[in-house]
Amino acid sequence: MTTSTEIADLRRIVRGATLPAFLFAIWWAAFHFEWTDTVMFVPIGKVWETAVRLSDNGYLWRSLGASLARDLAGFALGSTIGFAAGIALGLSRLLENLVGPTLHTIKQISLFAWIPLISVWFGLGDTAKVVFLSLAAFFPVVLNTFEGIRSVPRELIEVGRVFALTPLQMLRRVVLPAALPSIFAGVHLALIYAWLATLGAEYLLTSGIGIGNLLTDGREHLWMDQVLLGIVVVGFVGFALNLVATRIESRLLRWRGTSTGQY
Amino acid sequence: MSTLTIALPSTEAPARGRLLRWNDSLTRFALSWPFPLAVLLAWYLAAEYEWLPPQILPPPAMVATTFVELMQTGELPDNLWISLWRVLAGFLAGGLGGLALGVLMGLSPTAKDYLYPTFRLIAQVPSIGWLPLLMMLVGIGEALKIILISKAAFVPIALNTYKGLQGVSTRFIEVARVYRFTRWQLLAKVVFPAALPQIWNGIRYGLTHAWLALVAVELLASSEGLGFMIVYGRQLYQLDVVLAAVVVVGAIGFTLDKLLAVIEQRLLRWRRDGF
Repeated sequence: MTTSTEIADLRRIVRGATLPAFLFAIWWAAFHFEWTDTVMFVPIGKVWETAVRLSDNGYLWRSLGASLARDLAGFALGSTIGFAAGIALGLSRLLENLVGPTLHTIKQISLFAWIPLISVWFGLGDTAKVVFLSLAAFFPVVLNTFEGIRSVPRELIEVGRVFALTPLQMLRRVVLPAALPSIFAGVHLALIYAWLATLGAEYLLTSGIGIGNLLTDGREHLWMDQVLLGIVVVGFVGFALNLVATRIESRLLRWRGTSTGQY
Repeated sequence: MSTLTIALPSTEAPARGRLLRWNDSLTRFALSWPFPLAVLLAWYLAAEYEWLPPQILPPPAMVATTFVELMQTGELPDNLWISLWRVLAGFLAGGLGGLALGVLMGLSPTAKDYLYPTFRLIAQVPSIGWLPLLMMLVGIGEALKIILISKAAFVPIALNTYKGLQGVSTRFIEVARVYRFTRWQLLAKVVFPAALPQIWNGIRYGLTHAWLALVAVELLASSEGLGFMIVYGRQLYQLDVVLAAVVVVGAIGFTLDKLLAVIEQRLLRWRRDGF
């Protein structure tokens, strides 16, 4: 029993798969008919073999683990500081006027330009990488937290005043919940930027291991299979981080649909 | 918490004669200076009393002198022009491609079915992830920089153009039907103007990402440009050169974004006149 929507869905899947299938076919044919010299260009099967080999000897997992540990440490540190700073700036006009313009100026410096400076101040190891990642995560969180607090509807504040809430209650019960979607948008961005920054830091500060090192290593030895594997892993991690963030977001913001107003 | 007053939109009219009016532009301007000046002073003192060696933290005056010198010798302007040219070329190539793909996917559901999944796959891996592969395929010449910057600009522009066109409300289209617009009139007078804000957002993101990608690729694989100056200064422990170049990177990023914001205001004004 196939309904018309099922047929439409199936057609969409087939259409979506057409172009990738076509590209893979060209790739496969290039080897099958020996159109290329195989020094750099590798058959599809070789990428899979390399994936299995590096997975079995643990190199892939150690690299991925090191990158993710760095990523999450920097993300946690940067977004926590960003969250605190965003609340302070959102609640105090004085602080906003004092620090805001400087913050907006520094924000304009292209992220990766910080790495050489940070490497002078914090060395070439994990400390420097985590400092850089925190910086990458800090900006989106501080800006979105600030924006979120500033755009809390006035009616809500008035309701809070009517209930004679203390400033702390006002913050916890009124301001932060209302600002939550914006704060979350910032956290979500911070996750993406931190992952980007992880790669950039590993390319430029080459000590230690990580997915960035796996890629650099593959490029230096002209191991196309290892580079392609690295790219797939990078894409997959980005995809997974996005998925997790979206899930948490929808779960946390579910209450917004049905406001019960319970204390 | 005691000193933090919660500044929320006041419900009563602002009292006259208050010492500080937060929205007064003069007040805002005056208050924006103490903090950076304090940082500068701390930096000056740290360098003056050699709490940190000059290789780690050159005094502010030295950075300023170096900046002037680099301007006079032409080293900074030359590298700056190279970087600007690269970002412009990559942004234009990637932007036009992104606009074309976005329009195609936004207007034709069939094209969207065929192209969107592959586009998502490529977009899923950030530009910097493609860098090693591109270095192997095209070497580390000019082509590498332009391709990478194009890709960085391409993704947000294609995505936002597609979403903007797709999101044009059917109500608009019905109004146009009532007016018996032709297909072209419908696109030119209704669909594109309605999608413009989001398309423009994509263009702004595209330029920001292009600038990010430029700095990244120049740090990693270049022998000229602002990013190269930063790496080169870092290798020789000339932090004054590094800081001077970083300041320029920030200034250009700021200017590019401001430029697009100004154009946006123009565009939106034109839109209001259009209706």
